[in-house]
Amino acid sequence: METEIKLTKLASCAGCGAKVGAGTLVKLLDGFKSHSDPRLIVGYDKSDDASVYVINDDTAIIQTTDFFPPIADDPYLYGQIAAANALSDVYAMGGEPKLALNIMCITDAMPKEAVREILRGGYDKAYEAGAIITGGHTISGSEPIYGLAVTGFVHPSKVLTNSGARPGDVLILTKPLGIGILTTAAKAGLVDEPTLKKVYAQMRELNKYSRDIAIKYEIHSCTDVTGFSLLGHSYEMAEGSGVTIHISIPDVPYHKEAWEPASMGFIPAGAYRNREYAEAGVKVAGNADRAMLDILFDPQTSGGLLLAVAEKDAAACLKELKDSIPAASIIGYVTNRLDDPIILET
Amino acid sequence: MKTLDARGLSCPEPVIMIRNAMASKDAAYQIIVDNAVSRENVTRFAEHQGYKVDVTEADGEFTLNITK
Repeated sequence: METEIKLTKLASCAGCGAKVGAGTLVKLLDGFKSHSDPRLIVGYDKSDDASVYVINDDTAIIQTTDFFPPIADDPYLYGQIAAANALSDVYAMGGEPKLALNIMCITDAMPKEAVREILRGGYDKAYEAGAIITGGHTISGSEPIYGLAVTGFVHPSKVLTNSGARPGDVLILTKPLGIGILTTAAKAGLVDEPTLKKVYAQMRELNKYSRDIAIKYEIHSCTDVTGFSLLGHSYEMAEGSGVTIHISIPDVPYHKEAWEPASMGFIPAGAYRNREYAEAGVKVAGNADRAMLDILFDPQTSGGLLLAVAEKDAAACLKELKDSIPAASIIGYVTNRLDDPIILET
Repeated sequence: MKTLDARGLSCPEPVIMIRNAMASKDAAYQIIVDNAVSRENVTRFAEHQGYKVDVTEADGEFTLNITK
């Protein structure tokens, strides 16, 4: 449904573009006292997607939260996208979401029906994911916010972290890039309706389906590509795993419609923050177009999974993924650590 | 020469502002922005439209002189 109030006009930043930069966060968290616990097998020290705590030999609990200002004017769609994005962190750890809590901020300008539609979007996505929303917390404020805090479960030996990539692994990305640029250009009315529809459909797609296929294969590392962009998240995977990640630019799936707006300067602020954070670790072998680099640094909202797959399984995993997720592509490979954490091949 | 004040605005608003102004196809524009992202994005837009951009900075504000 359409509301008379344009939700995206109530927000100064779109979707994951609102995320505070990784570099800023690392500095903010530096030096705090924190208990060490051997059962906490994934904490914030490796900049992973969620925390993982082992309960017993068969079960580990995954906790994560994600929320952002409106990325779409349609409240139902916004609710679906925000929920799919929050649930994604559990899939990125190889797990399944079970419980969720709403996190919401509403403004005086928002009609009750719009608030209800946002929540309906969240409930529908949680239902599709097999998770139950058990409550939440809502405040009133100056900008709308919606998202979830999600609890999931995974077998302790099946946890997929962003720090397990090994030399020889093949990298698969499951959703095309360009979301941040396209949603920024959409604010200027530069994106046509069919393209927007395609972009929204991609953002509300759960990463459940790619996770369900991927776990049948030998996956060494996984992360979801969101606010920190493909290169920001790849940088964290390379640093966490102590390897070098090679990305073949011509093989990276992206929305062709993002190229022109990128050339015209419709680049979200988050892309500049991502560049600042990861650029020193990225070596371009050859010449890359400026617009393509912008796409590689573009913050994604509810982006796809980046999987480091054992070489022997890569072809079969890609084939099965492509049956239901046609955009899934092999975008590169992993080697021993060289001078640079990321090498872009042109 | 048209002068635009985009201080206090964040992207994409300054780019939209210069884009609308350029509909007049003048030979020169001046726009003031107050953040590096807007400076970069407006520069990209102007160069994409075939203009040259000269930036001066003072007190955290950027003045972009845009000429053919």
